[in-house]
Amino acid sequence: MTERIELTINGLSVTADNGMTILDAALRKGIYIPHLCHHRELEPIGACRLCLVEIQGEWKKTVISCKTEAKDGMVVLTETPEIQKIRQINVELLVADHDTDCLNCFQNTKCALQRVADHVGMDKKRLHRLKKPTELLPIDDSNPFFNFDPNRCVLCGICVRTCDEIQNIQAIDFVHRGVGTKVAGFGDRPRLESNCESCGECIVRCPVGALTEKDAVKPTHQVKTICSFCGCGCGLVLGVRNNRLVSARGDVSNMASKGRLCVKGRFGYKFVNHPERLTSPLVKRDGKFVEVGWDEALTLVADNFSKNKGDKFAGISSAKATNEDNYVFQKFTRAVMGTNNLDHCARL
Amino acid sequence: MAGLATSLGSGAMTNTISELGKASTILAIGTNTTEAHPIAALQVKDAVRNGAKLIVVNPKEIELCKNAAVFIQNKPGSDVAVLMGMMRVILEEGLQDKTFIKTRCEGFDEFEKSLEAFDLDTVEKITTVPREKIIKAARIYATQTPSSIIYCMGITQHVHGTDNVLAVSNLALLTGNIGKPSTGVNPLRGQNNVQGACDIGCLPNVYPGYQSVASPDVKAKFESAWGVELNSTPGLTHTEIFDALLEGRIKSLYLVGENPVLSEANASHAIEAMEKADFMVVQDIFMTETAELADVVLPGAAFAEKDGTFTNTERRVQRVRKAVDPAGDAKPDWWIACELAKRLDGKGFDFSGPSEIMDEIGSLIPSYKGISYSRLEKGSLQWPCPSADHPGTPFLHAEKFGTDSGKGKFKPLVYRKPGEVTDEEYPLLLTTDRSLFHFHSTMTRRVYGLNILGKEELLKIHPKDAEQLGIADDQMVRVVSRRGKVDVKVKVTDKCLTGTVSMGFHFAETPTNLLTCCELDPVAKTPGTKVCAVRIESL
Repeated sequence: MTERIELTINGLSVTADNGMTILDAALRKGIYIPHLCHHRELEPIGACRLCLVEIQGEWKKTVISCKTEAKDGMVVLTETPEIQKIRQINVELLVADHDTDCLNCFQNTKCALQRVADHVGMDKKRLHRLKKPTELLPIDDSNPFFNFDPNRCVLCGICVRTCDEIQNIQAIDFVHRGVGTKVAGFGDRPRLESNCESCGECIVRCPVGALTEKDAVKPTHQVKTICSFCGCGCGLVLGVRNNRLVSARGDVSNMASKGRLCVKGRFGYKFVNHPERLTSPLVKRDGKFVEVGWDEALTLVADNFSKNKGDKFAGISSAKATNEDNYVFQKFTRAVMGTNNLDHCARL
Repeated sequence: MAGLATSLGSGAMTNTISELGKASTILAIGTNTTEAHPIAALQVKDAVRNGAKLIVVNPKEIELCKNAAVFIQNKPGSDVAVLMGMMRVILEEGLQDKTFIKTRCEGFDEFEKSLEAFDLDTVEKITTVPREKIIKAARIYATQTPSSIIYCMGITQHVHGTDNVLAVSNLALLTGNIGKPSTGVNPLRGQNNVQGACDIGCLPNVYPGYQSVASPDVKAKFESAWGVELNSTPGLTHTEIFDALLEGRIKSLYLVGENPVLSEANASHAIEAMEKADFMVVQDIFMTETAELADVVLPGAAFAEKDGTFTNTERRVQRVRKAVDPAGDAKPDWWIACELAKRLDGKGFDFSGPSEIMDEIGSLIPSYKGISYSRLEKGSLQWPCPSADHPGTPFLHAEKFGTDSGKGKFKPLVYRKPGEVTDEEYPLLLTTDRSLFHFHSTMTRRVYGLNILGKEELLKIHPKDAEQLGIADDQMVRVVSRRGKVDVKVKVTDKCLTGTVSMGFHFAETPTNLLTCCELDPVAKTPGTKVCAVRIESL
């Protein structure tokens, strides 16, 4: 049983688990503290300085709430004139250095920077003065599945930490210094030339529109299913639009994968949409395949199979197919064709 | 899987993937986990981050070696010697779990005797691994518990694959690392539903639920359930089916969702066999190289186009849901088989849908009895799940083993040379591997981006061997084995052991399995694709 503690945030009584940070305790209670670099699965780094709060009483000071442990009896204010002043200039500096063509950004309405700016507010005049008339930096579109747009990056480091802490790949890191800082592969090389494995876990966690899938399309509805590649059995949420698969994401409720996916799971579903899919039964006539209807094809197959019942017949099933497909297949082979000459590719 | 069934009584992963994250030691042998099972590999990395020790046994320096406390780079085909060597150290240092051996196991004395042949001098000679590494690995595995073993095709795809599996299970029994959380013997299954296809009885010797075809009682059970008289002769295995086709004993072949032209060991043999069939039906989602050989090709629905269930490598039965309509006139595989059955006067094929099929499965397989679509809506279930109120089983063998006696069985082992050995004409060993970016060939080759990331087959070779042969990166060479030849581009890498080269088999342009050996393990009938003697010729 986790030990519970009580603290006060903005005059509200908040219950937290022992060891929790002030930010986590507030967010769980539904109190919004602006933040960009925090991610619940990653170690806090305190880079964005937006989650500042003021602790009152004996511990009185201004701290970043993502790295400060909540203590029993603590009294916390998340909004004071001093904090607002610091936050506002931080937000203005971030927005001044950001490509704000939001309507053309895939993260529009889901963007953490939009939420922070909306909450904190900006001084329009000062923002105008801060904004540099610089040209946009080139987009890294080297990876076939996703793009990185440095003009939309807020340098929160969530992608860098995901690659390090979760995947243990370390394909990307911060390069250059000061205003020239950006996230890139070793030696500022494009991502395709790094040891990136294209798992896409960084895209999922990017709070802004810096990392986006190529040709991303928003689905009209989503369906929970299971990935069809290896035996891990990862949960997949497929996005559908106009009867086509348009997206895939990890299913966090899945017990086997807990929301994680690899490159095949996240992007490999696209074979389903491939134009070379077989769409009609085919019968070989004079060495060439001819399209026929199901009834004709099935009757032809049944006639030919009936000539070789028993051990002259063999069925090979598929470890890609469902349990139900395989059950019916083995029942057909045994009960109808009368043989146990039946296998699948388990040995390969 | 035949190995585990004899020693433990169940041929499946004993524990759960998420338990790996909480293990104190993980022994990864014959698995390139980050490439073939990336999400299971994340659990291994989590464990290491939490302080666990990782032991990697592999002829190739795989990515997981970055996280490993011990890396044993042994000669291909010498896994039994590595494991027996470790067990010898464990016994000599008294690190075994004596109580567990006494109360839960049998056959120890005979097994202990077989260890006599594995003194560390011999082990060193066979494996080419310095003994210090084997001693260190043995101590870590035996003392820093719970210890979990994961393995894959690097263990099973050998002429003596069953011996390898038995060596793994001996090690777990010896130290009592089984029947508890975060321990066990865990084969990572390759295909999304290979566990399910086995459970459901797509095997020549067993009905659904591993119930023996040869048992008269079992036969009577299925005859009464299906209302027909059944054939009591066990059938032929995958590789044997191709032999029988060649010899004319089998005339008709019905093949679903598989591409033996690329995946079968010694592929030219399989191609010749299929060409000899009087009548062949292939059911698939693409016109594969194998489908080209068929008389009739039937279009199947892809995974996202149908309802059903998959059983993953940790025995977890999970719901697969239809997201889009099948392409054109494609149909689910179960529907096609039902329609064929009806045209051949089969009874009991009037299923309204997958849910009803699962109910029939549950009525015949005791470990699936408690699984139904209404329960799966709420979440997945791990078999055994014997009743509607049973929560499922995260780890096996907690109280007793699935063998007849309920005891874990130690198996005496001897070292056997690989089925294929090198000689002057074929001086190098070829082993097959896999790429993160591909899965066999049919599906991933049709995803544009995956072909950018993994664009061609490469022959991986150690710098010393490359220098000796006078070949360099990106050069095309011809690889010749006793069975065939393939042209491929070279990649020089010190991740390979000297004398050993490796290739994947994802590309129709580079059909690696024309080279490999189809000599079978005598028990499991798995071909020895992991060891094949080759020579390399410049082009």
